[in-house]
Amino acid sequence: MGKTLFDKVWDNHIVTTIENGPQVLYIDKHLIHEVTSPQAFKELENRGIQLFRPKQVVATADHNTPTKDQHLPVKDALSKKQLEQLTENCKKNQIELYGLGHKYNGIIHVIAPELGITQPGMTMVCGDSHTSTHGAFGTIAFGIGTSQVAQVFASQCVITEKPKTMRITVNGKLSKGVLPKDVILYIISKLGTNSGTGYFIEYAGDVFENMTMEGRMTVCNMSIEMGARGGIIAPDQTTFDYIEGRKFAPKNEDFNKKVTFWKTLKTDTDAVFDAEYQFNASDISPMITYGTNPGMGIKINEKIPSENNKSFEKSLQYMGFEKGDSLINLPVNYVFIGSCTNSRIEDFRVVANYIKGKQKAKNVNALIVPGSHLVAKQIKEEGLQTIFEQAGFKLRQPGCSACLAMNDDKIPEGEYCVSTSNRNFEGRQGQGSKTLLASPLLAASVAIEGKIIDITKVL
Amino acid sequence: MEKFTKIISTAVPLPIENIDTDQIIPARFLKATDREGFGKNLFRDWRFHKDNSINDDFILNNDAYFGKILITGSNFGCGSSREHAAWAIHDYGFKVVVSSFFADIFKGNALNNGILPVQVSEDFLQILLKTTLSNPKSLILIDIEQQTITLEETKQSEKFEINPYKKLCIQNGYDDIDYLVSIKDKIEAYEAKKIEL
Ligand code: SF4
Repeated sequence: MGKTLFDKVWDNHIVTTIENGPQVLYIDKHLIHEVTSPQAFKELENRGIQLFRPKQVVATADHNTPTKDQHLPVKDALSKKQLEQLTENCKKNQIELYGLGHKYNGIIHVIAPELGITQPGMTMVCGDSHTSTHGAFGTIAFGIGTSQVAQVFASQCVITEKPKTMRITVNGKLSKGVLPKDVILYIISKLGTNSGTGYFIEYAGDVFENMTMEGRMTVCNMSIEMGARGGIIAPDQTTFDYIEGRKFAPKNEDFNKKVTFWKTLKTDTDAVFDAEYQFNASDISPMITYGTNPGMGIKINEKIPSENNKSFEKSLQYMGFEKGDSLINLPVNYVFIGSCTNSRIEDFRVVANYIKGKQKAKNVNALIVPGSHLVAKQIKEEGLQTIFEQAGFKLRQPGCSACLAMNDDKIPEGEYCVSTSNRNFEGRQGQGSKTLLASPLLAASVAIEGKIIDITKVL
Repeated sequence: MEKFTKIISTAVPLPIENIDTDQIIPARFLKATDREGFGKNLFRDWRFHKDNSINDDFILNNDAYFGKILITGSNFGCGSSREHAAWAIHDYGFKVVVSSFFADIFKGNALNNGILPVQVSEDFLQILLKTTLSNPKSLILIDIEQQTITLEETKQSEKFEINPYKKLCIQNGYDDIDYLVSIKDKIEAYEAKKIEL
């Protein structure tokens, strides 16, 4: 029987299998950030263990960082302390750090791919659930807890059970205005937030084959919102072209050699998955969420469904909606375009293209936060900055920002925010905030109109 | 890590599904650089109103309910990988979380911190929730060796799964780092022969 892409990469990284137990998986790249690493460094110190492979660790500061005046000292004392600890820990352990102010600084899941650190066939982990993003390159990448961060520091390995495999195939042609974000929101709304638990998902079919790397990253990013450990897409010419020439990409002959290997990374035709789902591209529309988990999504012109279930009702009550409501014409005062789901150059091109020559609505506070300094630079170079400024959008410096509101970028209590991020949990964007997840295009339209509109009617 | 083999305790029922890690411990409390003290902010925004006054409607604020066991609706711990969620639950005093379904990363984090995630059938979960809600004094016995969870009053019982390796770890207070450090030569041998597919 053939092997799946996932099996191939996984099996190639097994150091040993514990009798009756989990496996020891070797990790090629370990990404770290300021929030989930300090306790792991401490653990190592307490046990008197040396960091095993510092060269395979890359660090950034992103969760806690301000998006204004990054050249000034960080005002929040606790954030400042956490950032200083990261700097100190990296120095002590000889870890490459792209800290605040560094030209490569940005959200960890944006910078690793754009620097060419993420490559097909690798295993990658990070103390962050959206590590699944890197699967877009045919990489096994997943989030781990801080205890596991310490394990990887100590041994460059994690102890884990091999997940089951799932394949989600989407064939056909996407309609106008349907972006990768809509594809993944649609899939999650159909399968539910725990459908992927225990699985690693391969996305297959022409929709993903025709997607750019940015789009594939958006899709893989949200695999965790189905509960999956990660998502993976077979690398192809699009992948190789994206990697070539990037800072840490292999060069010349090495690159060609790698490509020969990368081309072998695909699921064999006779491989069998533990679960399979299929969808038609033509069934997918621009999506929006109405509840407090990413599975509570509808097509923009659909009505909120009726479910008789306490958790569902609690969720609607929090959001201020009723069963059967339509979201069209809902006034919205906040729009956030950013996060590791949608803060790459392509996302901002979509936004700029839509808002060019238009003005944001008076009631709207529209925040644009690039995923990295390199993206920010490109925004400037391509002239998008001018478009944003002329339309009245606020362009900030890179970071996680209002995705999880650990810095000052918070949505006020009771306010709706149409957000391109990945989680609409209660209070995620600030205490009492109400998040509606959507694509950058839909978010841009809300910023212009000051309310939710049926985007399919204006395209 | 502390070891444990058996627990008998009252429980706190929390019949809500899809409790995500942002509810268990909101992001604004993640700025600490230690593992201690997260218990006071466990379920912070459900336990307290925005003005920091106590929300009397939330079950953790009802003195009748207490114990080392937390019983929750399906898909507990979904969302972020923050281990702070497990630290908060542990620091608050829970040793066991019972649900009909756990999110992957949370399950691993719990086990790495000496919290036992006990997965039961949806039917048994409903019995447990109902019984403990109506009688907060109901005792529940968790036996790790036998892998059973029993409602003492009625002796209704169910077996639960636990990976044999993780079972040994919990019973002996042994953890993954100890193991990984002990196989360093194997890891180095792997690195030396690492070949591409
Ligand atoms: S942007 Fe949001 S989801 Fe992504 S790493 Fe940052 S906080 Fe996590």
